[in-house]
Amino acid sequence: MLTVDVLVIGGGPAGLAAAIAAHQNGAAVLLIEREAHLGGILKQCIHDGFGLVRYGEKLSGPEYAGRFIDEFHALGLEARTLTFVTRIQKTSEGFAVTLVNRDGVETVAAKALVLATGCRERTAKQVSIHGTRPAGVFTAGCAQHFTNLLGQLPTRKCVILGSGDIGLIMARRLTLEGAQVLGVYEAKSTPSGLTRNIHQCLRDYNIPLYLSHTVTRVFGQDRLTAVEISQVDERMNPIPGTEQLVECDALILSVGLIPENELAEGLGVAIDPKTKGPICDAGLMTSVPGVFSCGNALHVNDLVDYVSESGEAAGKSAARYRPGQQRTLIPITAGEGLLYAVPQRLDVAADRSAVTLYFRSRENLGPCRLVITADGREIYTRRYPFLRPPEMERLELDLSAQALTAASQIKLEIEVMEHD
Amino acid sequence: MNIRRINWRLKKRFGPAVTATLSEGSIVLSGRLPTWGEVIEACSLAAVKYSTTHVVNDIRCDEVKARPMRQPTLRDTALEGRKPDVLIIGGGISGASIARELSKWKLDILLVEKEADLALQASGRNDGEVHPGIDLSRGSLKHHYVRRGNAMYDQLCRELDVPFKRVGQYVCFEKAWLKPLIALYCRVRKNRDGIADTKLISGEELRRREPNLRFAFAISNPSSGCVCPYGLTIAYAENAVQNGAEVSLNTAVLGMAVQDGKIHSVATNRGTVYPALVINAAGVFAEEIAAMAGDRFFSIHPRRGTNSILDKKAGVYMHTIASVMDITRNTHHSKGGGILHTVHGNLLVGPDAIETWEKENTETHRESIDRVFQKQQRTMRALSRGDIITYFTGVRAPTFEEDFIIEMGRKTGNILHCAGIQSPGLTAAPAVALDIEKMAVGYLSALKPVARNENYDPIRHGPPVLREMSDEQRAALIRQNPNYGVIVCRCEEVSKGEILDALRSPIPVPTVDGIKKRVRPGMGRCQGGFCSPLVTQIIAEFLGCPLEEVRKSSGEAVITYGKTK
Repeated sequence: MLTVDVLVIGGGPAGLAAAIAAHQNGAAVLLIEREAHLGGILKQCIHDGFGLVRYGEKLSGPEYAGRFIDEFHALGLEARTLTFVTRIQKTSEGFAVTLVNRDGVETVAAKALVLATGCRERTAKQVSIHGTRPAGVFTAGCAQHFTNLLGQLPTRKCVILGSGDIGLIMARRLTLEGAQVLGVYEAKSTPSGLTRNIHQCLRDYNIPLYLSHTVTRVFGQDRLTAVEISQVDERMNPIPGTEQLVECDALILSVGLIPENELAEGLGVAIDPKTKGPICDAGLMTSVPGVFSCGNALHVNDLVDYVSESGEAAGKSAARYRPGQQRTLIPITAGEGLLYAVPQRLDVAADRSAVTLYFRSRENLGPCRLVITADGREIYTRRYPFLRPPEMERLELDLSAQALTAASQIKLEIEVMEHD
Repeated sequence: MNIRRINWRLKKRFGPAVTATLSEGSIVLSGRLPTWGEVIEACSLAAVKYSTTHVVNDIRCDEVKARPMRQPTLRDTALEGRKPDVLIIGGGISGASIARELSKWKLDILLVEKEADLALQASGRNDGEVHPGIDLSRGSLKHHYVRRGNAMYDQLCRELDVPFKRVGQYVCFEKAWLKPLIALYCRVRKNRDGIADTKLISGEELRRREPNLRFAFAISNPSSGCVCPYGLTIAYAENAVQNGAEVSLNTAVLGMAVQDGKIHSVATNRGTVYPALVINAAGVFAEEIAAMAGDRFFSIHPRRGTNSILDKKAGVYMHTIASVMDITRNTHHSKGGGILHTVHGNLLVGPDAIETWEKENTETHRESIDRVFQKQQRTMRALSRGDIITYFTGVRAPTFEEDFIIEMGRKTGNILHCAGIQSPGLTAAPAVALDIEKMAVGYLSALKPVARNENYDPIRHGPPVLREMSDEQRAALIRQNPNYGVIVCRCEEVSKGEILDALRSPIPVPTVDGIKKRVRPGMGRCQGGFCSPLVTQIIAEFLGCPLEEVRKSSGEAVITYGKTK
């Protein structure tokens, strides 16, 4: 049986970074990818804007992925593509991972696992869209696959529901391909995507954005012929009597991403209901020793740069992981004003000199202050001119000087500041 | 009930708007009413449950808009001049099972289905429960067939290679004081109606078996099970085809020429055929087919029901079939819905039952989901709408007498009706098909000798299901065909090899939905978000056509509009 130190599952930006980092930290690494090529969803993201934080350059998705793929190969790392993980079992030495590919069925032993399984898109039925079941209802990523990878136009005249980044990107992409994008409809009262995408993808192309509106019904027996749009109240419930019919041939959905953690759940990994990703410590180890999580499987990121960063962190920790190593985990809790904070745990027994925290505010906020406390005492504070849920914030803290015990608690709170 | 009494009751309720006449053995209602609800009320008022004297609805209804049956766009002459011994109209569970049973005989069997695939209406849009018959009384055809059909399922599903699980059903009660009453009910069902295995179990026993079901007590019906309803229909039809029957999809019956009390010819969009015997298994359109044959002695009043499918993760909450029972509920309308652990490991929740005049409207509505969940959350509190991955609506085809019609034509000689088939139609189908086989062979034997089909093989092999195999079996198959090792649908773990098998199956339907029904890519939690472009590509490669020519379902269901700039 093939035995490795670190098995990375997923060959997107998180998995590639994790594999490289694990290798650089001395581990024997194998990467598993279910598709034919490495790069994950970046393969179909042919727009630019990737890598601004990391490289200070605007790269396309394939270019960004290409840098990691080149490095991966230059380091002589091995990837199994078109290979699917069907089962993971815990063993006394670590994990036995069963793989299926064109060569058959194989079991690989690994001391540590990095789950870089990405996320999937929320579907029409998950946002309560009713009516018929015609062709022409696509998630934005699916429409992007058809357009960018298969070179096929999925619509001539469409409505986009949801102002998530992929939806905004697809509004522009389809417009460039000659399709008419009648509008982007968002159930929330604020956009879900990055501000830069609202400007670059909608405003620059005169595509209207309708906030507090949603699609409630689709029409058409074979191909979609129209959608019903309704206004929604503050609780995002459709307001009866506000329905209007919009004729189009497609409904494209960008209504949220869900981390894919079916493998993690199968291993008994505890999941944070807020992030839908594993509860991790600062080294991105999950509740199951030896299992690490990163990228969009950990929590949905808006910038790939942070996906790579978390991949590197998970890969490094996985390489350094020794079975039986003791952890003393204390909770890092996100207060009311926050949507979530990652990681959710801190190992006080581990090196705490560089703890990276990611968080999102629950609402659009003006000037405010982030306050981090340990057992009620303030250990860090930072002012923000504004915070917006679509834009994830990142912090790096040195917590080595803090006196933390096994009973300690760390809390993140947001204080909204009075206007002057 | 005599006609004078019916008219008295109609007059009392609707004034002079509706009258009933007895015509050729049926109670024909005519007149005019504003709403469909009133039409249903009037017809139900005139009908006697399980009676063979049927209500025929000729009431004009202001609410009903003329909506002709949807027809395939295909027009050719592929069937022109065909003279089959048997023409089966309808590719649902009834038509497919009849075709298979008749294929035991040396007969020219032609099954026509107007849709692009089999089981596209009620047979593919139900909950897949194999019913125990606990709610049916002796004296109905439903009761007669449900027990027989139920008992046939184990062997049948082995023969046809279709997953079936006899998981048992629990009818749950919240109030302990009802127990003596329900015990009596069970005794009657057991002794009078032959539901031999039904019994009461305590709340503790129920909880031991299903920890998430918390009730005072329950009726346990171990003979109940679940099956994949469209899988079974397709398997039946494939076995029929293997044994010599012909299935023609996208083929709608448009009219019939009737001469001297017999159907002379049947017009379809693919040519005119001249069958010796016609079997009417047309579901909600059985009444229209009967009318074409000059043999309309019943009416169908469509009743829609919506089911939700939950993520397989929710499948761990419950492993059987359960529903909460209110004894005050109106028992007139077939099923009260429930929660069912499907053969594929999902939970299915529903259905509801809504009268509708629209036979082909399978739109879903938010209110249906709300209603069903409100009720079924009483069955199991852990049930969460957040676990829904999809929902669908089917339209049942009941008569006003709420029973099956399994008989030769009353006015026309060469038609055999298999109509009014609704729940428990799926359960009953295997037994009904055997009787229809006898009736059909009996009829045809009077015309010409009918010999056994010596090559008849009841065994059908479905495509291999790799996710259910041991590693060794799987590896062996991949060695033979490496495409079995290429996973295309991550949620349901479907390989390229299985998709190609479906494309090469006896009744191939090379559309994204056709493949989905046969081997499940797109059935999982991402609902085809990841795999539908890949499946489209595999179909295009297989057919050797450009991608834009692949369809989702029917001929008009375009997926993409051709190359980008």
